[in-house]
Amino acid sequence: MPEDLNYDDVEEGKTMTITRNRRVAIGALATLLAASLTACSGGGEGGGGGAAEGATAEDIEAALQEGGSITYWTWTPQAETQVAAFEKAYPNVDVTLVDTTGAGDANTKLQNTLASGKGVPDVVQIEYQSVPQFQLPGQLTDLTEYGFDELESLYTPSTWGAVTQNGGIWGLPQDSGPMAFFYNSEVFDAAGVEVPTTWEEYVEAARTIKEHDPDTCIGNDSGDPGFTTSMIWQAGGTPFQTDGEAVTIDLADEGSTKWAEMYQPLIDDELLCQLPGWSDEWYQALGDGTIASVVLGAWAPGVFEDGVPDGKGKWRVAPTPTYDGTPANAENGGSTESIPEASENKLLAAGFLKWLNGSDESIKAFMETGGFPATVKELESEEFLSYESEYFGGQKINEVLGAAGADVNEGWQYLPWQSYANSIYADTVGQAYLDKSSLLDGLAAWQEENVKYGTDQGFTVNG
Amino acid sequence: MTPFLVVFALFIVTPLVYSMYLSLFRNQLMGGTTFAGLDNYVTAFTDPKLWDGAGRVGLFLLVQVPIMLGLSLIAALAIDSGRLHGKEFFRVALFLPYAVPGVVAVLMWGFMYDDRLGLTGSLNDLVGFPLVDPYTKQWILTAIGNIVTWEFVGYNMLILYSALKTVPVEIYEAASIDGANQFRIVRSIKLPAVRGALVIATIFSILGSFQLFNEPNILKEIQPALISSFYTPNIYAYNLSFEGNQVSYAATVAIVMGLVTAIIAYVVQLRGTRKDA
Repeated sequence: MPEDLNYDDVEEGKTMTITRNRRVAIGALATLLAASLTACSGGGEGGGGGAAEGATAEDIEAALQEGGSITYWTWTPQAETQVAAFEKAYPNVDVTLVDTTGAGDANTKLQNTLASGKGVPDVVQIEYQSVPQFQLPGQLTDLTEYGFDELESLYTPSTWGAVTQNGGIWGLPQDSGPMAFFYNSEVFDAAGVEVPTTWEEYVEAARTIKEHDPDTCIGNDSGDPGFTTSMIWQAGGTPFQTDGEAVTIDLADEGSTKWAEMYQPLIDDELLCQLPGWSDEWYQALGDGTIASVVLGAWAPGVFEDGVPDGKGKWRVAPTPTYDGTPANAENGGSTESIPEASENKLLAAGFLKWLNGSDESIKAFMETGGFPATVKELESEEFLSYESEYFGGQKINEVLGAAGADVNEGWQYLPWQSYANSIYADTVGQAYLDKSSLLDGLAAWQEENVKYGTDQGFTVNG
Repeated sequence: MTPFLVVFALFIVTPLVYSMYLSLFRNQLMGGTTFAGLDNYVTAFTDPKLWDGAGRVGLFLLVQVPIMLGLSLIAALAIDSGRLHGKEFFRVALFLPYAVPGVVAVLMWGFMYDDRLGLTGSLNDLVGFPLVDPYTKQWILTAIGNIVTWEFVGYNMLILYSALKTVPVEIYEAASIDGANQFRIVRSIKLPAVRGALVIATIFSILGSFQLFNEPNILKEIQPALISSFYTPNIYAYNLSFEGNQVSYAATVAIVMGLVTAIIAYVVQLRGTRKDA
């Protein structure tokens, strides 16, 4: 019976084969087409800027009065309020606000825009850790030309250090994120645990909390590059050192090793919840007492108030635990606003930037809705320090957070390709979290990958 | 023919040629973009990350595609058999997952796979021991296969079902007069009738497997350590391009994988359409 069916199919079969051939060809081409879409996004050199170089404060002020329009890329929640206030103060300037939604997307978007040279923003928010990535290929404007070196005294040393390198000023600090220990006092009380002041006590507390209720844990970590680097920073490590084209990577230095050895038991004995941060689950676990504490930047209170309403009144802040009782801290997150070299309105952009991160009015607006400033004056103001947070049970949280900023270790640097390094972190260090294997081995693998990448990218890498 | 050629040149030839052009360069943070000849291709052919990803999608292809197409075929035969009550309902219900946007589907499954809040958690609680744990190294590829199968069974079922619909009723009548039972009819009439459609569905599935991206990429957000930055060739190319600033090498990876896919699809097509097979 099948033979019957095949009879009159011969002719048709032939034509069908042709159609199919074409379909296969089109299908294969579609694969390549998808591939080329990925590829389309780059190619050219970062466009060279053509605006006037160098200006005084008077020139900037004059430009602001004369007016014009600029584009500002940011994911800062307060940006809308700030821009509205700016446009009121300088009615001739029109600022187009573009929401870049978050640090990761913003990096990708900026990288692609700079590569194409079209639609380059005039002022752009960049995480401190990504500044070298854009500065080294010459994509950011050195603000020394605009007399911004005079503004140094406004900012904390660690944030100023984050925007100045290789002999230039590449942005003005927007906020800072010295780490602190945020904990759920109800869970700590129920388990009968004191707030740890050293990491040794922290590991002990982790065991007690787990024994008290196996469904809870002292913290969550399924491998987070931003947290790992901050922890190494706090332990006194300086695994990444950049000097022009020479990069040194040592993820087995004293600080890195100190952190890895302290942290290993937390992984081996499953004392941490394997929950990725910023997921719905994570917010829920912060609210219902599953996660008893987190170590985050000083910007975290805003996150708690917005994202963890159930935790109201339960959470408190303490200084980050240390290794030997000597205060030491690190920054976690935080960003700057910079002016791309390819901006066509640099003078106006400089005026906006100076106002945005240097004027009382703008910084006040930033702080009113939970922003943690980078400016010394605000950090030391009586009003700021005596603020009693209702969410944190009336605790004067800024006394703790402000002091946290003063203890930040100096000398830390990120890699010039930190965002790529972070994208391969899960392949290497992340595996230790998954397999309960050695963090030191994971760090060594991460180092190896980064040495290879850095060398391919034209750096002279030691590691 | 001319309008076709214009569109073809604009949307197929141009991006292809541009990709090939890009693949001849080298992007560096220090030193910018320089001509590299065929260096990228030499690197690609010995790149363990690329072939790790390619091996994974190859395995996926060998296991997931037969299961999915088998299920699609059974569903198509069942609906075509005329013995299924409410076949219209089943046809729509099976096809419905295809109408769910891929990203939404993965997020939904990603949530169900969670052993704390999700469906697998409830299932494990019910049986009292960890029966399934999709977020482990052993299970994650299977978990992705499950999502893809769920998404595309209905789509492939529809391709096969429409092929079955083209069989003239007279042939079935003739068969039953000859005394053929249902199994005989399936074996001798229906299966040969869907063969062409099955080859097409297979080729689409091969393309889909090699382009695997959405499902693992979204699960990576939830489980970063389980899905590497080179889990599939497409994820690898994406990461190289958007995180690693290596647009040219990403283009090379894409071209190499495009060629591999085209070759495999062509071989399947040749074998599938051989008259004496």
